[in-house]
Amino acid sequence: MLTLNCPYCGVDADETDLHGEGEAHLKRFGPNSTDDEFHDYLFQRQNPKGVHFERWRHVYGCGKFFHAARCTATLEVFGTYLAQTLEPPQDIKDKITAKRPSWTWGNFS
Amino acid sequence: MSTRLANTGRLVNKNKAVSFTFNGKNLSGFDGDTLASALLANDQMLMGRSFKYHRPRGVVASGAEEPNALVNLGTGPDFEPNQRVTTTELYDGLSATSQNHWPSLEFDVGAVNKHLSRFLPAGFYYKMFIHPRPFWKYVYEPIIRQSAGLGKAPKTRDDDAYEHFNINVDVMVVGGGIAGLSAALAAGRTGARVLLVEQTAHWGGRAVVDQPTIDGTPAEDWVNTTLQALEGMGNVTVRNRTQGSGVYDHGYVLAYERITDHAPDVDAPRHRLWRIRAKQIVTATGAIERPLSFAGNDIPGVTLAAAVRDYAVNWGVSMGDRTVVVTNNDDAYRTAITLKKAGLDVPAIIDARDGAMGDLIEEARDLGIRIAFGKGIAKVKGNKRVTSVGICAQAGEGAELEEIACDCVAMSGGWSPVVHLWSHCGGKLVWDDAQAMFRPDAERPPLGADGQGFVTTAGIANGHLFTAEGIADGFAAGRAAAKTAGAKGKAGDAPAGSDAAEGAISPVWLMPQGAKQALRSKAWLDFQNDVKVSDVQLAAQEGFESVEHAKRYTTLGMATDQGKLSNINGLAILSKSLNADIPNVGTTTFRPPYTPISMSSIAGPAKGDLFQPIRLTPISDWSNANGADNEPVGQWRRPYAYVRDGETVHDAVNREVKNTRDNLGLLDASTLGKLIVKGADAGKFLDMMYTNMMSNLAVGKCRYGLMCTENGFLSDDGVVARIDDETWLCHTTTGGAERIHAWMEDWLQCEWWDWNVYVANVTEQLAQIAVVGPNARKVLEKLGGMDVSKEALPFMQWRDGKIGDFDARAYRISFSGELSYEIAVPASQGRAFWDALLDAGEEFGVMPYGTECLHILRAEKGFIMIGDETDGTVIPQDLNLQWALSKKKTDYLGKRAHSRSHMADPNRWKLVGLETLDGSVLPDGAYAIAEGDNANGQRNVQGRVTSTYYSANMDRGIAMGLVHNGPDRMGEVIEFNKVDGGTIKTKIVDQVFYDKDGEKQNV
Repeated sequence: MLTLNCPYCGVDADETDLHGEGEAHLKRFGPNSTDDEFHDYLFQRQNPKGVHFERWRHVYGCGKFFHAARCTATLEVFGTYLAQTLEPPQDIKDKITAKRPSWTWGNFS
Repeated sequence: MSTRLANTGRLVNKNKAVSFTFNGKNLSGFDGDTLASALLANDQMLMGRSFKYHRPRGVVASGAEEPNALVNLGTGPDFEPNQRVTTTELYDGLSATSQNHWPSLEFDVGAVNKHLSRFLPAGFYYKMFIHPRPFWKYVYEPIIRQSAGLGKAPKTRDDDAYEHFNINVDVMVVGGGIAGLSAALAAGRTGARVLLVEQTAHWGGRAVVDQPTIDGTPAEDWVNTTLQALEGMGNVTVRNRTQGSGVYDHGYVLAYERITDHAPDVDAPRHRLWRIRAKQIVTATGAIERPLSFAGNDIPGVTLAAAVRDYAVNWGVSMGDRTVVVTNNDDAYRTAITLKKAGLDVPAIIDARDGAMGDLIEEARDLGIRIAFGKGIAKVKGNKRVTSVGICAQAGEGAELEEIACDCVAMSGGWSPVVHLWSHCGGKLVWDDAQAMFRPDAERPPLGADGQGFVTTAGIANGHLFTAEGIADGFAAGRAAAKTAGAKGKAGDAPAGSDAAEGAISPVWLMPQGAKQALRSKAWLDFQNDVKVSDVQLAAQEGFESVEHAKRYTTLGMATDQGKLSNINGLAILSKSLNADIPNVGTTTFRPPYTPISMSSIAGPAKGDLFQPIRLTPISDWSNANGADNEPVGQWRRPYAYVRDGETVHDAVNREVKNTRDNLGLLDASTLGKLIVKGADAGKFLDMMYTNMMSNLAVGKCRYGLMCTENGFLSDDGVVARIDDETWLCHTTTGGAERIHAWMEDWLQCEWWDWNVYVANVTEQLAQIAVVGPNARKVLEKLGGMDVSKEALPFMQWRDGKIGDFDARAYRISFSGELSYEIAVPASQGRAFWDALLDAGEEFGVMPYGTECLHILRAEKGFIMIGDETDGTVIPQDLNLQWALSKKKTDYLGKRAHSRSHMADPNRWKLVGLETLDGSVLPDGAYAIAEGDNANGQRNVQGRVTSTYYSANMDRGIAMGLVHNGPDRMGEVIEFNKVDGGTIKTKIVDQVFYDKDGEKQNV
């Protein structure tokens, strides 16, 4: 059972206090998008063994959505950060690079 | 025979007799006995039958690893199957029965299987029972079910109490042997918060039986002193009878405490499940002795050597008068020495090694015990009890050299560290060739959130079989764990142990090494599941080369002991058959819990009234006192109908349906979701949330709205009211309030975080009552206050004001087609308002109505219900709700999806009304049949029923359903399947059955 630090209220929350909300940093495609773009937005998800970025909600706590960067293979958590961003903060990317030098994820590396 | 010894038994109080029953027989033991030692003291060696061949089985171990001696314990609400006699502490009045036999333990008809064992090899069931296919369901499975299985499932509700306990610690130490105690001591001295658990009732593990010297004193003295020291530390918690059961992600540990199993009369919860977060975990879980694989090694009386010693030293019980010890290591010599010193006969130590030197060997020799090196057991003789053993050369094929009469065989194939907890969360193992064991690989521990190891292992569990190195290893592990967890204090000096000098182990996986088929097919690996050496060899021969495949093909290690005795021996046989090295074959996966824990401990207090929170409205008390027949709606309990004396539920529904149409009905609608959406951008936001336009709704007015997911599927609906310039109140379905609130928060926090909008869920702040029927206005006018006339409060508008004495917000909306007001008051006024409406409504024929009446009234009007007409695959267009999809808006959630090719396909199933020709009620969910069959040979379908009711107002069945191109097929008759076969002819009609022109609400 994971423990993740909620970047809003600072609590180290047990997984039972959290709700997984799927992949982070999805870009929404609306009415003017192509069929392929919209299909990918709805259905295409990454399923990496290794570095992954996810959305979580501190649902039985402060109620805020946040992002977590972690390794799906070792369960190492590289960091959690606010949801109001389009990409992971540089310090978390640096931390991942230090531990997983050749990582890539979506457009990030 | 097995019996009680006069002069030993460190754990039993021979001045306190305890009475118990086994299979109805009254027996007597001592305070401090386990059920195993008490049964043995009564010469009850036969304790159960094996799973497949129903072979006689006696106890083979003395602890948690016991595979054979499982019993049904207790009766009635205390009944529990598959309890190991070795871990069951004796108490006065204990009642146990043996399992897996018929008609009796002594005479079991199923034992005929053992004569068929040549015809029941590994994989037999897979091969034999495949054809003909129907036979599996009707012939094979019922017969196999009858003869297989261990204990019976309990039949009555468990009436004991159970609880959960949450705790955070710096260092958790699992195992109360000398390594665990020294680990806890080191960690405790540093000031770290320490939790030490031991699964048995007693501390000291093997050391207190074998009594090595620690810090110059006998081990038992050191254990007592150390335990006292730990109990005196405020930062250390110690618990016996508590098993570290599982290690999970990020330092989460489950421990299983058996509080009153040994003392059922104590008024306390029976089991407690500890939910632990530990920064560091030290597993000092010891080791389990391995059996040797020789023919007849399953006959009662063949026992692990250390267990024979445990029974003699701890409980003063001898397993037999003449014990042959068979071994490949020095440790088993301790058993021979112990028995000899207790005055029992040890005719020989059969040592498979060619020779060895050591203090224990010398001592045995000095006691006059015959030691036969290079020998093995060809065969154990006896049926329900060992009578003799045939001795052979270990190097040969099993030719018998001599026969030695005996009634007990003490065997030792070496020791396997208990690596389970290390492995649960990903710790890796390494094969130690010198000691012939898998032990934890300290370089590859389970990793925590910080990417660092959070489990260390210590003592015998870490492969340190000797006292000196084990106790030092434990101390070092405890000190290091505390430091990693952040403790700053000093651990001080480590305790020092000393050992007898021992010779090296020589691995023996089969005895004799060249045993022929006849012997191999009687050499057991898994005693409980009846897996023999020959079965694993057959699996390898048939291509089941992966250890995981071989396990499932043979059922090796799949019994309730999960292979604690059989895994290493089994995979050694497998690797030999494959000509591979043991580490290349590897182990199966270790999964928690370590031994079975009670289901009730997992449930904890969450049963009965505490199973889940129940949500109640301010009116629930009145409803429950007035005949409410409740149904669950999410966590709410809503009245389905208010049943009066002499009525069936169906009668009550019909009465409510007619009365609401004819007079006046009241519905407790408080459960309806109520979300306030407020802010400068609230209108823009709601235009994204709803398919229709909400930003242009005038203050004081209401609008019905639909919500879709990004997939375009209908998700929720409800009436939205514009409260003021920046404020909207959105009604959701009863089950949807929390979900829709979270949905709105998701978009506001993660997508449009720069929009100025706030959402508050005020569902429970308000009581809401629907006042429905031709007399609705009259009752409100009688209460007085707010002008609720047609002119002052037109349809789809709302007003704030006083109704009677109540602070009311009245919405003129209708989900029934009647003249209807939904009136919200503060929750604190809800009950009084309900009472006032009932009082004032008496002259107007008022009756409360429930959710079934609500459903029927809306269905008569053709209104959809989320969850009935929708199921997550239905789009608004399917329900003829195109009018609610804004064409003016450039975007809303779901809009893009509606132009995907399948969504825009005109050939979809669409909503229509359905009228059976004979007036009967269609079955819910029934499918309309079409011509021909599909690829699976099933009948094609062309539609399905989504809502179906008996309408008392129409006196016939009415229904709605989704039918292929339905709206274009009005008047056509199609057939729906009935549950019991046959079909019902049904006409496609308009979905509005009642008051098609809406005259009743237009007053």
